[in-house]
Amino acid sequence: MISGRTLAQGAGCECKMSPDFLKAVSLCHLSKGDYDALGLCEGKNVQLKNEFGQVVLAPKVDAGLRQGMVFIPMGPWANVLVGPDTGGCGTPQFKGIEVEVEATDASVLEIRDLFRGLRRAQT
Amino acid sequence: MIVEDAICSFCGCLCDDINVEVEEGKIKRVRHACRLGSSKILGHERIKAPMIRRGGELCMVSYQEAYDRAAEILLRAQKPLLYGWASTVCEAQKKGILLAEEVGGVLDSTATVCHGPSVIGIEEKGLPGATLGQVKNRADTIVFWGCNPAEAHPRHSLRYSSNVCGRFTPEGRAGRKIVVVDVRETRTSKNADKTVIIQPGTDYEVISALRMLVAGKGDVVPDEVGGVPKAELDGLAKTLLAARFGAVFFGLGITHSRGRYKNIDNALSLVTELNSHTKFVIMPMRGHYNVGGIGQVLAWSSGFPMSVDFTRNAPYFNPGETAACDLLAKADTDAALIIAADAASNFPRAAVEALAKIPVIQIDPYENPTTLISEVVIPSAIAGVEAEGTAYRMDGMALRMRKLVDTSYPSDEEILSHILESVHRLQRGLER
Repeated sequence: MISGRTLAQGAGCECKMSPDFLKAVSLCHLSKGDYDALGLCEGKNVQLKNEFGQVVLAPKVDAGLRQGMVFIPMGPWANVLVGPDTGGCGTPQFKGIEVEVEATDASVLEIRDLFRGLRRAQT
Repeated sequence: MIVEDAICSFCGCLCDDINVEVEEGKIKRVRHACRLGSSKILGHERIKAPMIRRGGELCMVSYQEAYDRAAEILLRAQKPLLYGWASTVCEAQKKGILLAEEVGGVLDSTATVCHGPSVIGIEEKGLPGATLGQVKNRADTIVFWGCNPAEAHPRHSLRYSSNVCGRFTPEGRAGRKIVVVDVRETRTSKNADKTVIIQPGTDYEVISALRMLVAGKGDVVPDEVGGVPKAELDGLAKTLLAARFGAVFFGLGITHSRGRYKNIDNALSLVTELNSHTKFVIMPMRGHYNVGGIGQVLAWSSGFPMSVDFTRNAPYFNPGETAACDLLAKADTDAALIIAADAASNFPRAAVEALAKIPVIQIDPYENPTTLISEVVIPSAIAGVEAEGTAYRMDGMALRMRKLVDTSYPSDEEILSHILESVHRLQRGLER
């Protein structure tokens, strides 16, 4: 899995609580071959999972990707799958991450739901 | 009123030809900017007032109450993290460094989740750099490695690199060789003469192979490196050597992948080798418009460009220990001030979970996921649109951002000054 910028992500990144940002960023780009192999169709989502977490995203065919590789626009959905280790240089590895991908009927979490329950108890 | 030649405050291109139409104190239209810049300059729904979380809910308070609460949190903490700084001006950054020194905290910038490895690589090797103007006027060969400016810096190619006509490059795109090296085909690669697709995580190996080929030691290069046949790499090396003035632009494709700062170190060595044969320069594609600025301001005031720990007697820099994600992963910080950045969106999930466990102060014009985990929220003017100041373009040029419209929101610099005043007042109270 690699994560990175897209035009729509950039245009929405100062407006993250909007539905447009959700649509622009909660996507999993994948090759046509992988899309077909996973039996995806309109209305189906994909669940991505690894040792760091799991997240549901909407699939999008991307002709620029080779089979076996997925691209997620940078942001809080992609970062569920990113580990905190920085290899001693301060920067986590946001690209080149192994993930398992499968088709799912589950829905993509809204941005507020993605962060619900995270905050510490009030002191 | 039309403000001519305004500077865009979105990305490190700092495009300085933007026309902004202002009617009755509001920005109505933006011309010449890309989709990203227009969206930023036109703005949208703002945080209305300062807030403090009470009983789990954010409640509106006065600015003074928010400043005092922020100061209290920072002073009470053993090792507060002051993070962000990329989307604000140098004057605010300078004030932030003063605050970090005063409260004894760690100041880190968004570079650590972006071009931090480039900063480290450049510290190791030095940067054979140039201004974007030199690239525009002279470069006949341009390599985009692990970057996709067509989506991240949309006007880069039109103003500074592949497609622009310059003094000694009158033919523009037609007179240049454009190469893209990436793990996928992108919008940028559609504009390239040659695209080299490598296997993910093999940048270091591919750069090493090119170094050998450029140095005339191709016999040690195996038949295939990073999924690329040797003949293709040899062709690329010949293209680079044929340049009269070459430029390499690189992005997070190599800073975020396996190898991280070593990839940059190796790319700098490749450019050094190329300079034994012809003229070549290299430049990181900086993302936020003034992430370069915080590096400069920190460097001239503390000696280090990011991740600076002010909790000791002297500034201390050791990324891997003092960077934001490392501090959070090791629970080595007990409060955070997040300014001009959205840490909750851009950090790995485990770091966000750690951030949500400590008191967070947010200074930002807009609500974003960091707001959801913050204890104090202080809305600010949009630096570069509603507040003036200095910003550094990706090539290190310092440019002056003008104020385009008036606002009732205080600037980042003003907010930080007020927090600093509250800190001093509390410190005096504690002394008594």
